[in-house]
Amino acid sequence: MKVSSTSLHKYELVVGLEVHAQLSTKSKIFSSDSASFGAEPNHHISPVSLGLPGTLPKVNQKVVEYAVKMGLATNCSINAINRFDRKNYFYADLPKGYQITQDEAPICIQGYLKIKLKNQEEKVIRINRIHMEEDAGKSLHDKDAKYSLIDLNRAGVPLIEIVSEPDLRSAEEAAAFLASIRQLVRYLEICDGNMEEGSLRCDANISVRLRGAESYGNRCEVKNLNSLKSIQKAINYEFKRQVEELEAGRNIEQNTLNFDAATGVTSVLRSKEMAYDYRYFPEPDIPPLHLTEEWIKELKAQLPELPETRIQRYMTDYSLSEYDAGVLTTEKAVADFFEEIIKYTSNYKASTNWLIGTVQSFLNEHNKSISELPITAKSIADIISLIDEGVISNSAATQQLFPALLNNLDKDMMQIVKDLNLMIDADTDVMGKCIEDVISQYPEKVIEYNNGKKAVLGLFMGEVMRLTKGKIDPKVANGKIIKKLESLK
Amino acid sequence: MKLDNDTITKIAHLARLDVDASEKEALLSDMNNILSFMEKLNELDTDGVEPLIYLSDEVNVFREDVVKGEITVKQALENAPSEDGKYFQVARVIEKP
Repeated sequence: MKVSSTSLHKYELVVGLEVHAQLSTKSKIFSSDSASFGAEPNHHISPVSLGLPGTLPKVNQKVVEYAVKMGLATNCSINAINRFDRKNYFYADLPKGYQITQDEAPICIQGYLKIKLKNQEEKVIRINRIHMEEDAGKSLHDKDAKYSLIDLNRAGVPLIEIVSEPDLRSAEEAAAFLASIRQLVRYLEICDGNMEEGSLRCDANISVRLRGAESYGNRCEVKNLNSLKSIQKAINYEFKRQVEELEAGRNIEQNTLNFDAATGVTSVLRSKEMAYDYRYFPEPDIPPLHLTEEWIKELKAQLPELPETRIQRYMTDYSLSEYDAGVLTTEKAVADFFEEIIKYTSNYKASTNWLIGTVQSFLNEHNKSISELPITAKSIADIISLIDEGVISNSAATQQLFPALLNNLDKDMMQIVKDLNLMIDADTDVMGKCIEDVISQYPEKVIEYNNGKKAVLGLFMGEVMRLTKGKIDPKVANGKIIKKLESLK
Repeated sequence: MKLDNDTITKIAHLARLDVDASEKEALLSDMNNILSFMEKLNELDTDGVEPLIYLSDEVNVFREDVVKGEITVKQALENAPSEDGKYFQVARVIEKP
């Protein structure tokens, strides 16, 4: 890229996102064929999803309930009177020649979502609308030499589209917004949030303007942003590209762009002249939906505790830091597991450390989710109790007991502790002897310590732990080493 | 409002209709007549009249979220002009909407 960083600094990035979430209902939005992913081609179909003449769509009530839940979770107003509209365009995987969507009266309007940035700063992103619509089928262009192939399993799968206001000012903010949407749909259990399988998809409207400018520049809509990484790469690429165009005295063409995740480059999909003329009009085949206040209230009562509330509760009730509470609540299943652990121990901090440290690294290493952890929350609580009671050291627990438990799922925990001889030696003579040995081994380090270089304490601790195979209480050992060192001053 | 040839071409494209030059004259005059008729209708004062969208008074016609297998793949593909037993076959398209 040819633009200098000073010219980049003159400009501000403006991004709005459109997020499509596939709802995890059993059947489709307007017909009773299965909405699940992964079937053989054209197996999840019905006369309605094939768009056969004379068929009539009938709304799946769950879809409306899920859309309302998302609206409530993102602080939206819920439209009491809803209707559907037809969006007309020709494409082979859209059998009717139009998509049933909501144009003029979307189910949710004017909400907001708070996002958290890496520097712990919080930002409010406004949500313009959330509407319900049907997904299109799938076209395969490279499976057959002569034809494009059409699979209509996905045609009619329910979607909600969440449209943000252009409030995002960096790639990081956009990714945080999308991550936050994904977290919410998972908490609400209305969408699995799987971006690889396309359950959650994102388009970005990207423009730039001179810093301090009031009006927005011409925007480009970038399609196909199907991972948190892609969305950031595409935004950063577009920011530079658009600034470069403007700095060269050219205009930004209001195009639809495609993002290639492999090369990290955008290219023109459709120019403004080629833009579709959708000719929206009301869908007469679906009677209007009137949402009563009682129904909305009922759905509100069904909402689970959302991340923001949970974080506050963890900080207040369990004295956890905002950071720890944030990490624990990233995934609902992890937070639920945490609450399961603390039924058996009141050491909240240790429970947090175990879960987001030892347990999480095991899960990451084996590419597993928390639901696949082979040991129970109670076992984790039992380990923590053993440490708290001074039976085993923390390092023996993480490095030896935990892996051994995973390898001997049917074995009693205390038996493993005994078999591996992990119990802290009550015999302080052994520890004392080790400390003597280590200190006499490094006389020059003793001098360094007593000259103020306190960091060498770690070396002594490490050696003592090694010699005793972790079977000592580190706190006691630490105290003893310091005492010994001080005595040699 | 008078239509011109370009508008006829655009409308034909949106409806994916092939219209040759000889047909355009007749279409242009037909469509202009239709629009004149609409203009006549527009003279009526409809202020305060809600647009009629639905022909019945029904509201909230819902379906329970239950899966029913309705038709087989064979039945689905039966009426397709071209298929390979698994997929519908259509003219190769590159551009995606």
